[in-house]
Amino acid sequence: MVRLITHNLLACHAKGCTTNNFPLVFKDVQLEIRESEMNPEFLRNFYPKLEWDALVKTAEQLGDTSLPKTQPPIESVDEEFLKALHHVLLEIHVEEGAMTCPNCEHRYGIVSGIPNMLLAEHEVA
Amino acid sequence: MSRPELVAPPEIYYGDSEAKKYTSNSRNQQIQSQMTHRALELLNLPPDQPAFLLDIGCGSGLSGEILDEEGYEWVGVDIAPSMLEVALEREVEGDLFLQDIGQGFGFRPGVFDGAISISVIQWLLNAESSHPTSSPPHRLTRFFTTLHSALRSPSRAVLQFYPSSDDQIELITSIAQKAGFGGGVVVDYPNSKKARKVFLCLFVGGGGGAQSRELPKGLDGEGIEESEAAARFEKRRERERKRDKSGKRKAVKGGKDWILKKKELYRQRGKEDVPRDSKFTGRKRRITF
Ligand SMILES: C[S@@+](CC[C@H](N)C(=O)[O-])C[C@H]1O[C@@H](n2cnc3c(N)ncnc32)[C@H](O)[C@@H]1O
Ligand SMILES: [Zn+2]
Repeated sequence: MVRLITHNLLACHAKGCTTNNFPLVFKDVQLEIRESEMNPEFLRNFYPKLEWDALVKTAEQLGDTSLPKTQPPIESVDEEFLKALHHVLLEIHVEEGAMTCPNCEHRYGIVSGIPNMLLAEHEVA
Repeated sequence: MSRPELVAPPEIYYGDSEAKKYTSNSRNQQIQSQMTHRALELLNLPPDQPAFLLDIGCGSGLSGEILDEEGYEWVGVDIAPSMLEVALEREVEGDLFLQDIGQGFGFRPGVFDGAISISVIQWLLNAESSHPTSSPPHRLTRFFTTLHSALRSPSRAVLQFYPSSDDQIELITSIAQKAGFGGGVVVDYPNSKKARKVFLCLFVGGGGGAQSRELPKGLDGEGIEESEAAARFEKRRERERKRDKSGKRKAVKGGKDWILKKKELYRQRGKEDVPRDSKFTGRKRRITF
């Protein structure tokens, strides 16, 4: 279950890949939307940790354009906004496909919602 | 005590049948659950606040289930596809990754509020090939360095493991310290052969909580008291009742009854190239997805 919340935390960890290695780019994805209960406190807590540009860009690639291009200050966000954020972060599940590194092009395959993060020996730092 | 880590690499040892056996064994469930609760206690998270946790070597989700119950969001990583598949079947709520922790993590700095690991890192003490990146010190260094960076400051990582000697404890703690962690080893029931448990209790930036920087005390005696054990068991039975015979949670109301029998689902939809179980649960050292 790769959700965008996790995708937003993930950079390529192959050897020598330290710049331009985030965000990983989704390829050939199959999505599943699964509703879940919203926890506003959790979202507010997590809010400062988000890389907003990466989140918006990735959501767009997956067909969701509900988020604004610039991250609104936390004090200004309302319930409506949190709902949209909750949906993007926690309800869109990438079930099949891959994530590729924009820098080294390593392909992390996703099968049954589980990304394969294993590296070949020569890619291990 | 038998030492699975000396038998075969983890993803082979925990193949389909062992993964099922491991997960359905009620004695094992009880022990892993007790250690998870203890690890959470040692993690000393601020009460009643949401947290985002990492479960290192999450296996089939025995700990993850407890994290779900406690209301935490979490990410689990494990190297054994068969264990992860059981976790999927059990419908745990965390995001799962097929990952070798000895290769390090790629998480952005400071994203996790804490990490737990139950009965895993003894597996890092065996070299599985002669490649330089597969020596235990190299793998431990990579693991602790990238873990340290993924944790926010202040926070903690609590890792229960089964060392086979004091030298192993020494090796692991010294590498963790070099990676920037404070803290150390907490031993519960040190005088009991059976109940003795070793927890590596690591601090980032003081560790957080009231008695930060101070290492928590290990528990004394011969293990949990009868009544306490009974109480915990009762709680677990309560949970079990919510499960059907195969160990799956019964569908809960709302959006939660999503179907993890995805393969079935996809087949119903007529999707042909559904990955077969046998492919996902491949026994090769490196499965190619
Ligand atoms: C005894 S099981 C514990 C599973 C789970 N933590 C629990 O308490 O039920 C040990 C787990 O460690 C995992 N493991 C061993 N070496 C690993 C590695 N290098 N990277 C990731 N996981 C590993 C195994 O695949 C297995 O699932
Ligand atoms: Zn890369």
